[in-house]
Amino acid sequence: MNITRFVSTHKKLLLVGFLLLILIFLATFPLYAGKYDVRVLTFILIYVVLAVSWAMFSGTTGYMSLAPAAFFGLGIYAMALLQKELPFPLIIAIGGALSFALAVLVGLLTLRLRGMYFAIFTFGLVVFMTEIVQYLETRLLGRHGQSIIPIDNDTLFYTMIGLAVVTVLITYLIRRSRWGLSMMSIGGNEEAAEHMGVNTIMVKVFTFAISAAFMGAAGVIAAPVLIYVNSNIAFSLYYSFLPIFMAILGGTGIVYGPVVGAVILGYLDTTLRSSLFNYFMLVFGIIMVLIILFLPSGITGLLPILRDKLKGVISKLQKANEGEPHANT
Amino acid sequence: MPILEGQGVTKLFGGLAAVSDVDFHVDQGEILGLIGPNGAGKTTLFNLISAALPLSSGEIKFKGQKINGLRPHQICRMGVSRTFQETKVFPNIPVLQNVLLGAFFGTPAHVSGAAAASEANQALEFVGLSKMGATPINDLTLVNQKRVEVARALATKPELLLLDELMAGLTSTEVSEAMELVTRIRDMGITIVMVEHVMKAIMGISSRVMVLNHGEKIAEGTCDEVSSNRQVIDIYLGEETHAGS
Repeated sequence: MNITRFVSTHKKLLLVGFLLLILIFLATFPLYAGKYDVRVLTFILIYVVLAVSWAMFSGTTGYMSLAPAAFFGLGIYAMALLQKELPFPLIIAIGGALSFALAVLVGLLTLRLRGMYFAIFTFGLVVFMTEIVQYLETRLLGRHGQSIIPIDNDTLFYTMIGLAVVTVLITYLIRRSRWGLSMMSIGGNEEAAEHMGVNTIMVKVFTFAISAAFMGAAGVIAAPVLIYVNSNIAFSLYYSFLPIFMAILGGTGIVYGPVVGAVILGYLDTTLRSSLFNYFMLVFGIIMVLIILFLPSGITGLLPILRDKLKGVISKLQKANEGEPHANT
Repeated sequence: MPILEGQGVTKLFGGLAAVSDVDFHVDQGEILGLIGPNGAGKTTLFNLISAALPLSSGEIKFKGQKINGLRPHQICRMGVSRTFQETKVFPNIPVLQNVLLGAFFGTPAHVSGAAAASEANQALEFVGLSKMGATPINDLTLVNQKRVEVARALATKPELLLLDELMAGLTSTEVSEAMELVTRIRDMGITIVMVEHVMKAIMGISSRVMVLNHGEKIAEGTCDEVSSNRQVIDIYLGEETHAGS
């Protein structure tokens, strides 16, 4: 079993190599792929950011946030309104900062609520944003909707890679830090966490805000792909539910779980939705129900089970090879 | 000087007084047993001290400093830690991480990763779980989950430890082990207040006992004084003491 030994001793190295390969694949993708494929992959990366940052907060603390669309839409509108005034990178930062600020405000108001109430409030936030933006838009600007000047495909693609890498990296670093431990403890038993010295309100509000900042930044980069938006498009609840489904499909117990879910559903969403819309949603719904029922830890939750099964099979084979006399030792 | 003091401590739920005008004190280094029938207000008093609930009126002082009005995490960092009647471990993280959390967040100072790890391992060893650091919480028996709670509380480096029915649901052997554990914690210099229904434990290791009934303090004193108090015998200990257990 030289291969298994090699894998276990060089685990870190192999992981870094694997991640580098993915990065190289992504970085060179526009060189050999068509324009349409680059656009599909850009959208998948947008979903990766949304799903990973959703799981960063909700997957660990157990607070079900339905607000991704509110922060994503805020980013889209930041881009739509500031595009002619400011450089692109600055708008990305502003989109993130606006979402961060909105999340702090909402978090301070609502993160004392537990369970259902928080989920319902965040759902309400998306609806509220849709209405208030529409109202302000018609009142102050006298128009409905905004057209966005397209940006070159490759620029958007590379910017999105950058944001996705930063999002995954920061989520990973937070998860393995003491801050991540405190988030898990809130998900495990909030009352006990409080009594063990965790400033639960601060941890919740700050984590919620960080995750919102990534969603807002993703909105800024997604805006030019959409070309035209109004408040119903920008704050569509689809952008709340799809990332949540992705994260649950992939598994929220581990950082790359939502990435896996986002790649699978994101691909299906962008390629199949236009052609098979009705059937797609039907099949999609059934898959979600089955996963929640039978695979609550998602696809990545299957891996440890499969690994144990595989190990069992291998050791059985080994025993069979060694023959009967050694079977008892 | 008492480490913990309460004056006129009162908690009203609607019109009902769960804890009513209770004065109490806990002396440095002692084990104070807190007893009383179900619904007497014992756990409520713990919740008031650790700020899980706000006081309706009265004042609680820890080392001479008023602590009511603070938030639970602040009280923990001042040096008051606790366990829970229905064990509240973190089921989603392994044993060692449960205890690490207390080591990282339970003290006012910034704790390095290495220091926290050694603190957590020490606490686990102290309660006899040193080999179970990587075990998922749900694989532990009730008594071991209670030990994790104690280790987690110890990792916050408390000066005062509130133990809420540590022995409930344990077998007779486990109760003896738990009594020994509580005594060892006291010997480390940590003051203990314990709510307990297991009389053997209370009478065996408490230096003093306080009795609550319907939210009021009805007796306080040494084990002998309390167990010979007429009122206590009538309303709480009842037949059990007459049977001579």
